[in-house]
Formats: sequence, structure tokens, C-alpha cells
Amino acid sequence: MLRIIAGLETQSVGRIVQNGRDISVLPPAQRDYGIVFQSYALFPNLTVADNVGYGLVNRRMARAEVRLRVAELLKLVGLPGSEPKYPSQLSGGQQQRVALARALATSPGLLLLDEPLSALDAIERVRLRGEVRGLQKKVGVTTIMVTHDQEEALSMADRVVVMSKGAIEQVGTPREIYEQPATPFVADFVGRVNVLNAVSLGAGRYQAGRLAISAINGATPHAAGTRVRLYLRPEDRVVEGSLEGESNRLNGQIAKVEFLGGHCLAEIQVPELEGQPLSVFFSLNQVRELGIREGSELKLALRPDRIRVFAS
Amino acid sequence: MSAVLTLERPRLLGVELIANLLLVLAGLGLALFLLAPMAAIFMRAVQDSNGNYVGLVHFANYFATPALARSVWNSLWVSIAVAAITVPAAFVFAYALTRSCMPFKGTLRLIALIPLLAPSLLPAISLIQWFGNQGVLKGPMQSLGIASVYGAPGIILSEVFNCFPHALMILIAALLLADGRLYEAADALGTRRLRCFLTITLPGCKYGLLSAATVVFTYTISDFGAPKVIGGNFNVLAVDVFKQVIGQFNFSIGAVVGLLLLVPSVIAFGIDWVVRRRLTANLTARSVPFAPKPRTVFDSLMLAYCVAVCLLLLAVLGMAVYTSLIHLWPYNLGFTLKHYRYALVAGDYAPAFWNSLKMGAWTALIGTVFVFCTAYLLEKTRGLGPLRPVLRLFALLSMAVPGLVLGLGYIMFFNHPQNPLNFMYQTMAILAISTVVHYYTSGHLTAVTALKALDDEYESVSASLKVPFYKTFWRVTVPVCLPAILEIARYYFVVSISTLSCVVFLYAPHTIVAAVAIMNMDEAGDIGPAAALGTLVVLASVGVCLLYALATRVLLAKSQAWRFNLEKS
Repeated sequence: MLRIIAGLETQSVGRIVQNGRDISVLPPAQRDYGIVFQSYALFPNLTVADNVGYGLVNRRMARAEVRLRVAELLKLVGLPGSEPKYPSQLSGGQQQRVALARALATSPGLLLLDEPLSALDAIERVRLRGEVRGLQKKVGVTTIMVTHDQEEALSMADRVVVMSKGAIEQVGTPREIYEQPATPFVADFVGRVNVLNAVSLGAGRYQAGRLAISAINGATPHAAGTRVRLYLRPEDRVVEGSLEGESNRLNGQIAKVEFLGGHCLAEIQVPELEGQPLSVFFSLNQVRELGIREGSELKLALRPDRIRVFAS
Repeated sequence: MSAVLTLERPRLLGVELIANLLLVLAGLGLALFLLAPMAAIFMRAVQDSNGNYVGLVHFANYFATPALARSVWNSLWVSIAVAAITVPAAFVFAYALTRSCMPFKGTLRLIALIPLLAPSLLPAISLIQWFGNQGVLKGPMQSLGIASVYGAPGIILSEVFNCFPHALMILIAALLLADGRLYEAADALGTRRLRCFLTITLPGCKYGLLSAATVVFTYTISDFGAPKVIGGNFNVLAVDVFKQVIGQFNFSIGAVVGLLLLVPSVIAFGIDWVVRRRLTANLTARSVPFAPKPRTVFDSLMLAYCVAVCLLLLAVLGMAVYTSLIHLWPYNLGFTLKHYRYALVAGDYAPAFWNSLKMGAWTALIGTVFVFCTAYLLEKTRGLGPLRPVLRLFALLSMAVPGLVLGLGYIMFFNHPQNPLNFMYQTMAILAISTVVHYYTSGHLTAVTALKALDDEYESVSASLKVPFYKTFWRVTVPVCLPAILEIARYYFVVSISTLSCVVFLYAPHTIVAAVAIMNMDEAGDIGPAAALGTLVVLASVGVCLLYALATRVLLAKSQAWRFNLEKS
């Protein structure tokens, strides 16, 4: 889709409107955008300064002016003074920033980022997330970024568009996407989720195994008797306190505990769910206080406002 | 605004239209200089001398003439014999270079490639000096039961010399593709060496062997120089074409023989096409290159073999050089430079060498620019979808047309009185263009390989920065691809100054080139000057190769700041 917006490929149907201007059939050079590719596509035989100034020179800007603008851009991306270097002398993250500077050089009205962080190692990627986001806010340019990393999307975006097989599944803020996924695909794709097969009992109550679960979050009511799936995130449970007055209370036995660093993911066998395991997050403190270990028993309650229901 | 979405084709901007226009022009150029001449041959083969359609009469006449029909058989078995000798010989040589730890690998390889620099007539002239009527080794040869070197024995030996480096390069490439892990696995299983060779090495390079055999076969069947000089009364197809057209002005029979020559070439082209695709799929990114371990006996044997082969190759070349430097074998062995004076200054063919250099320079210039720009437009620009595969096919097809057939097509097409391009006939331009087209494929593949190594997004980035494609081509693509561009230029120069088959129909007295002059001098019995001119051609090629090596080194040093790191990453 990014390549279609950029005019590098042609849409089979539909129109593209940018800022009130129909750009559907315009060639790339007549559209107004800057782009950063996954490979950065920096010109290897040109210095950093020539790369960043590549689009400026062509606009008949005076040489001194170009030099100033290049220096300004390099300062903006945190690489002041690297003008005479060649791209191959820079690290992946630095190359990426040069590519950003080049894309921003012509002050485009739209910035397209095509998986700009995916070629970097994990630590660098997380660090650059913040930087790119900060830079984007500083420049204030509308930006479309494509990524396959859900965490990246949630942490960087104002608005997330989840796409599957060329169709839009959901558009929303990161929190909406995470907390109210519109489709099973979105729920599955973004973050971890428990899926329970159930049958609707009507009025927001569902039978999963031998257990009746109430969910007050399902916008569309499901007729009694329809088969549904209940989607529940591992953190959407109550485990502390007396649990008195909570709905969806259940008892289970911990089958295994997966240590993930800051928290643990425990798989809980609940007899009433008849073989459908439940994954639940615990902070390390909770693990200590509640005595979470393989084989221990546990009481917990599922939060009815968090359970999403989809027809299966 | 209508609700119905109509699909408009993407509008192309001015600069992109320029790119498309250039691509169309390149396509027209190839059609004009490759397809049209071939079509002319087809037409001529089914027409009488007044241009009336006569069907397959000429083919019937051809096969009814026993002497001509025998040429088909002669060409076939000689080519098969050359392949049967060259491919095993080159395979052992390539095996020694890639799988042994013998010393002097670089030097031996360089010597083995020398035949590439010589005109195809040169070994024939040299073999006449060795084994001919006055030959040094005529006695020992006859005691082996070969009555005369003129005919099949001479042709076969000459072509083995000519084809050896071609087969060697293909086989080295095939053997280098070996995956070291397979041999380690075989070692771990305690496999014996012979079994290793039969179950891993041979199957691993069977496509290389097949490809080498087809290349040798096609080269031999369509080569004209060696049989012309040393063939005697032994008729082959390539010489028949020449005799029919130049000797008897019988264009129709010439066209028939040309088409016959095209058949094995096209078949070989098809085989090679399939083989090449398999060859590249053989090696995955995970393969570990094979590293040979030293073994005294094996390495010594391999060294002995390679030295012997190199001595034989040098003996052929050396005899030509020797002949050029003495008065007259075997009567006056005194040192003289008179043959060089005759060939360069005094003789009837004095302009030939300079013409060859001029043609080489033109071919290198036109060819490199045309090949590289066409490859760039083909690989890196947008639009004109249906034209692209056609152009790619053209680029590969030129390999399937033997030079002699292409040359024949050129006379029939450009010498036609009604052709508005008639003025090009007998000019230097047509010599250069025919050579560019004849050797198009190799240069094209070099260019495409270099271009494919570049990031595809350079053009996209330039478009987004509103920089027209030709600026990026000039500022980025050309500098980055410069090693490949120089390689194409070197290749074109070397092949064009030694080529004979394509230009033999097209030269005029004032544009005569070295290879043709060598042929004519040999025919007139001026073997000394012929050898001298041949030696000069080899020297010019060596000079250009050295120049190329120097230029590449300087260039790499200059661009080291970015290129070195580029290759490392």
C-alpha cells in the first residue's frame, strides 16, 4: 500500500487523495512525499552530505544554502559533522538516520517509512523507535509507517491501521486496537490472547465447558445457542484480594510457568473449562505473594468488561 | 465526483517517457541489426535470384550435390571430435586449478586463457609450420599414421586450441560451485576418493560439462578461420558459405547453408539456456566453499599435467611468433623484422592493423554504451511491460547466431539496393555494429548482473526527491557499476580485433581488418606477414588487458573509501 501511495505501484481500484488533491494517477515525481526504505537505499558512492542534499541540488538551490540545510538536517537527526563520511562507514542506525534526513530534506508534506527499523538488531530498534517518533513530532510531518512489529506500531503511532491480506481490519488508536479489537484477526495479531470456545446463553452470558462466563463488553449481542469464541488478554483478570463480589470466579491449577523477565506467563488448567487452558500474566511480585509455581492452586476472576466475543 | 471508480492507467511523466522512448529505440536497433538480417537470410533461402518465391528448391539442390551434403557430415563429426577432446582436457585442468594445492595456479590459468586473445586463424598457421608440408614435426606425425595435417586433423587441433579457454572458464565456474560440506560429510562416512569423485564431483558439475560441450561444439561448427587456412580439401559448412557467397556469388545456396549452420547453434542455445538456470540453483547461501588439502602425489601429477598443457598451448602460439621473426622456414632462419614492416607499413594490407584497432575502439565505445544503457533501461525503469521480455530475448538470441550467419544476413539486408540503409554497407560503422550485435549476450549478462546487485530503490528514492532518472544514472549507477562497464569495454575490444567470421563478408578494401588480412596473406603464401599480424593482434589484446587491469586498480584505489566497505558488508 505504501508503494501505491508513493506511486511506485498502481492501485487496481480506488483513488488516492492527498490534502484535497487527487494523486491517483500521478507519477512519483509529481507527488509530495519523502520516503525511507527498509534497505535505506543510500547512494554508496556519495558522501552523507551529497546523499542528504541529493534532492536539494536539483532545485537549483545555491551551494551554500544546500550546505546549510544539510548541516541543519544532520543536526536534527543527531549526526552533526558526518558530512564527509560514506554510508558504508556508518552503522545501520546511523544510515537509517541519514536516510531520514534525505527524505526530510525537501520538506515534504508526507513521510513514508517502509519498515525502517526492521534491518536493525533488537536493542537498536527499540532505541530508534523513540528517536524516530521524537523526530517526527519535532518536524511535525504526517507520517505513514509500515511495520510487521505490533509492539512497534503500538508504541509509535497515533493511529494504527491493522491490515490483513490487503484489506483493512481496524483503524484506531493503539489503545483501541489493543483493548477493543474489532475482529478476531486483530485480537490474535496484536498482543497475546486466550481464546475460549463457548456457546451463547443470551443476555451476555456464555457457556464455556461447564462454566458460565459473563461478558459485558460484546457490542453485538449473540443469540442464544450460537457458537462463539471468547477473547481474553492474559492480564485481564483479578487475582488479588478476596474476589468477593467479582463475577466469573474460578479455581485452577497451575500447569507451567514461563519466565519472561519482568513478568511471568502461567498456564492454568481450570477443570470446568474442560481442557481449554488459560494463560495469565503475573508480575514477579504477584508470583512471590501468591505462591505461583507449577502445581499450586489458584483462585481468580475474569474481568467481564474485558472479554471480547466473536462468532466462530 | 463520480462514485464509480474508473481505472486510469498511471500517467507517465516527461522523463519517464524519455526512458520509454529510449527503450523503444534500443529495441528497434536490435530488431534492425539482428532480426532483419536474419529475416533476409530466410527470405533469400526461398527466393530465386529475381526475388520470386521458389519454395525449398535451393534446399533440394543443396542436398543433391554430394560434395556439399558431405560438408554437413564433416562439420558434425569434426565438431563432436573437438568437444570430445577439449572438454575432458579442460576438465582435468579446471580440476587441478580448483581441487589441488599445486603451485603457480594463477600463472597457469593465465597461460591457458591466452588463446582467447588470438584470431582463430593463428593456431592453424602455426600448426602448418609444425606439421605442414615443410613442418618441423611432419616425420613423427606421419609415423603415427596421419598422412597430412591439412584437413580434419589440422582443423581439430586448431579448434581444440581455440576452444580450450572457453571450456576451461565454464568448468572452473562449475567446479567452484562445489559445496564443501558434502565432502566433509563424505569424509566423515569414510568414503573413498574415487567414489567421492563419481558421486559428488561429477554430478555436481554435470551441467557445467554439458554447457562446455555445447559451447565447444557450436564454436567449432560455426568457426571459419581455422578450416579456411588448414582445411585443405576437407569441406565444412562454414567454408561452404564463404565459397558460395564470395567465390560464386550464389547467395541462395549461401543462405541455405547459413540456415543449416543456425540449426545446431539454436539447439545448443536451448540446451545452454536450460543448463544455466540449473547451474545457478545449485549453490545456496549456506554452502561452504570447498578448500583443498595438500597431497604431494596428486598435486605433482596435476602440476605436471597443467604445465604440459600450457607448454602445448605456448608451442602453438610461440611458433606463430617465431615464424613472424625469421626470414623463411626452413631455408633462411635468420632474424628479421621485415614481416612486421610488410604487415604494418609496406604491404597491401598495411591499413589492416590500424583499422582493427580503430574498429576495436569503436566497438568498445558503441557496444559498451549501448549494452549498458539498454540493460539499465530494461532493469531499472518503468512502463512498456510487454516490450521488456522481448528485448531480453533479443539480448540472449544474439548468442545463438553464428558470426558467419550474421555477416551473411548483413550483406543480404544492407546490400539490398532498395534498402535505404544501403549507404552503411562497406563502412567501418557496419563492421563495428555487427560485432556489437554478434557479441551482445556476454556484455548484456555482465551489465545485468552488475545492475541487479544495486538496490532497486535508488530509482524510487530519486523519484521521491524529484530527481530525474538520468541524473541518478549518471551520478550513482554509472560510478558504482564502473568495474563492470570497463569489463564490457575490454571484452568488446578483445573480441572485435580478433573476430573474422562476422566481418569477412562486410569489409571493403579501405576497411579491411587484421583477421581478414591474415586470411588473405595466408592464401597468397605470405605466411610470415600473416604470423606477424596475428602476433600484433595478440599483443594489442594483451596491451588492452593490461590497461584494463591498471584502470581497474586505479579506480578501486580511488573509490576505496566507499567500495571497500561496501564489499565487506
